[in-house]
Amino acid sequence: MTTLTSGMKRLAVFALAVVSTPFVAYAAGEAIHIDRQKWNFAGFSGRFDQNQLQRGFQVYKDACAQCHGISRVYFRNLVQPGGPVFNEDAVKGLAATYQIQDGPNDDGKMFKRPGRLSDRVPPPYANEQEARSVHNGAYPPDLSLITKARGVEYQGSLFAHPFHILKDMVGGYQEGGADYVYALLTGYAQAPADFKLADGMQYNKAFPGHQISMPPPLSEGAIKYQDGTPATVDQMARDVVAFLHWAGDPKQDERKRMGFLVLVYLGFTALLLYGAKRRIWAKAH
Amino acid sequence: MAQHDSTYKPGSRLEHWMDERLPIMRMMHGQFVDFPTPRNLNYLWTFGGILSFCLAVQIVTGIVLAMHYIPTADMAFDSVERIRRDVNYGWLIRNVHAVGASMFFFAVYIHIARGLYYGSYKAPREVLWILGVLLFLLMMATGFLGYTLPWGQMSFWGVTVITNLFSSLDAIVPGLGTKIVTWLWGGFSVSSVTLNRFFSLHYLLPFVIAGVVVLHIWALHVVGQNNPTGLDIKTKADSVPMAPYAVMKDLFGLGVFVLLFAWFVFFAPDYLGHADNYVPANPLVTPPHIVPEWYFLPFYAILRAIPSKLGGVVAMFSAIVVLVFIPWLDTSRVRSARYRPLYKWFLWFFFFSVLALGYLGGKPAEGVYVAWAQFFTAYYFAFFLLIMPIVGVMETPSAMPRSIAESVLGGSGQPAGATSAPEKR
Repeated sequence: MTTLTSGMKRLAVFALAVVSTPFVAYAAGEAIHIDRQKWNFAGFSGRFDQNQLQRGFQVYKDACAQCHGISRVYFRNLVQPGGPVFNEDAVKGLAATYQIQDGPNDDGKMFKRPGRLSDRVPPPYANEQEARSVHNGAYPPDLSLITKARGVEYQGSLFAHPFHILKDMVGGYQEGGADYVYALLTGYAQAPADFKLADGMQYNKAFPGHQISMPPPLSEGAIKYQDGTPATVDQMARDVVAFLHWAGDPKQDERKRMGFLVLVYLGFTALLLYGAKRRIWAKAH
Repeated sequence: MAQHDSTYKPGSRLEHWMDERLPIMRMMHGQFVDFPTPRNLNYLWTFGGILSFCLAVQIVTGIVLAMHYIPTADMAFDSVERIRRDVNYGWLIRNVHAVGASMFFFAVYIHIARGLYYGSYKAPREVLWILGVLLFLLMMATGFLGYTLPWGQMSFWGVTVITNLFSSLDAIVPGLGTKIVTWLWGGFSVSSVTLNRFFSLHYLLPFVIAGVVVLHIWALHVVGQNNPTGLDIKTKADSVPMAPYAVMKDLFGLGVFVLLFAWFVFFAPDYLGHADNYVPANPLVTPPHIVPEWYFLPFYAILRAIPSKLGGVVAMFSAIVVLVFIPWLDTSRVRSARYRPLYKWFLWFFFFSVLALGYLGGKPAEGVYVAWAQFFTAYYFAFFLLIMPIVGVMETPSAMPRSIAESVLGGSGQPAGATSAPEKR
């Protein structure tokens, strides 16, 4: 138990040393500040904008799909309510441009056939190894869940923390990942003079460590939106983030719509229960 | 209190027939209808019912999820995604189960804090309390096992870190810890085998919990409920029958709780989880911060506060085991902290310490965070081992009401229309 006693000693020393320090935000690594964006799909009343999702899919297809898959999304999802709701024939046509491996057939052979609505959107690479070999060792991750799989860490002091938590709970903050991906897509910049950038890497303000192997995927006017929206980097980033957020949570609109009804129903029930409770207890006081 | 006679009167001939063979209706009536409950219970006492509700919700949603879930390393993550995307209302069931775990712990922490504040662990409720500690432990085990099942990065690394804790036993008997870890894993690394057995255990433990809950309620109904004054029920005026009084109050409490529950399920389902768990498990990539679910954070902070691995593990488990002994560590004759002017402040600071440990558990274990975690860990144990026994002897309790009825109704302790006392209905 020597470790314990030395622990106690250290504890005493530490306690003396820090007892006067207030709780301050502190972390060894540099905490990267990510701005919160206004998303029209955020919060209690937020819903996906069908036009934005359509634009976002276009950005994904033109700017991301060469390297990143969205393999949890099926072509059928693109025509379902709550999503981009493309024209069904158009999506059938799009699916048919892909060759999907199927089989084995009656002769025991695998074969290729045109894609259908029931197929997944095929990933650009057969496997991680192929992707890495093409990209100089880097692996472009699948984007189906990217806005769910990233978050923004809040670095606050103990005393600010509860209020921050409360604010996010009441606001239903679920868009940390979206904020991060937006910050990443728009975060490319010239590296500071004293920053050592490795070969083939890009400087990015939002990426942890600031070195990212992905070249800037969006550039002004690189895409011509079908609906005529000016294709600024900011616009494209917002649209593709909205699309990816939908790809990670295709049931969001259904969930929030049902949630609204459930809350109304439960709220009314709680009121009735309260009334009943008051009446019953009136006799006991 | 269980000794009170059930006022059950079988109505039909079938009920008479049944009553002579298996008087289950008589028992249920005696325990859950005319069972005397203190008339001064506040809303903190509704959490027992709320916890039963949570357990039922977790079991029902869990059984449905298990119909669609595949417990293999290759398929687990994908099957959860299939549930979220393609199973009819799968997103709802999965959200209720995931949020439900958090709500369950939220409720149990309030329930435990209530017991601590009003001295519900003191004689004659020791066994009731110890069963509660056992339930808490079982809940933690179940929660931990359940969190591994989505097989995301936090699942995988959570299992790796927590199972590896047992290897600290190597410091006592060389090789023993490693042996236990291999045995837990079913191999030499966390793998599909581990996942499969964790799934099996995750399905088993809730039913063990349900069994212990029956004992917990049984013990409760033998000694009767504590109440905010900590006084015993002495006269009929001190109590009201469980139905409709306590039942109605429980239902309203539950109604509000379910509103909160629904808010998270529908509008912030991922808020209580961790983004890294949407990344499929990868044994080759360690997440930058491995953090357990929020409800384990205070204990995680205690684990990391001690600079030796074995010491940390011992401290973490002791932090729960010490609860078993508090019926005897607390030397005060007064149950409720309401009448303990000095102890009250120590207790509030204890609650603050646990919250602070929760905050620190979510921070990297370095620098000033460790020092503070050590400070609060020291207080955590000092509270139980020193403050409880010493303050209980030193302190002069403040003036207490003579009875439960007096505390609610004031003066004579008679209800408003005293001639028609409600408990005679």
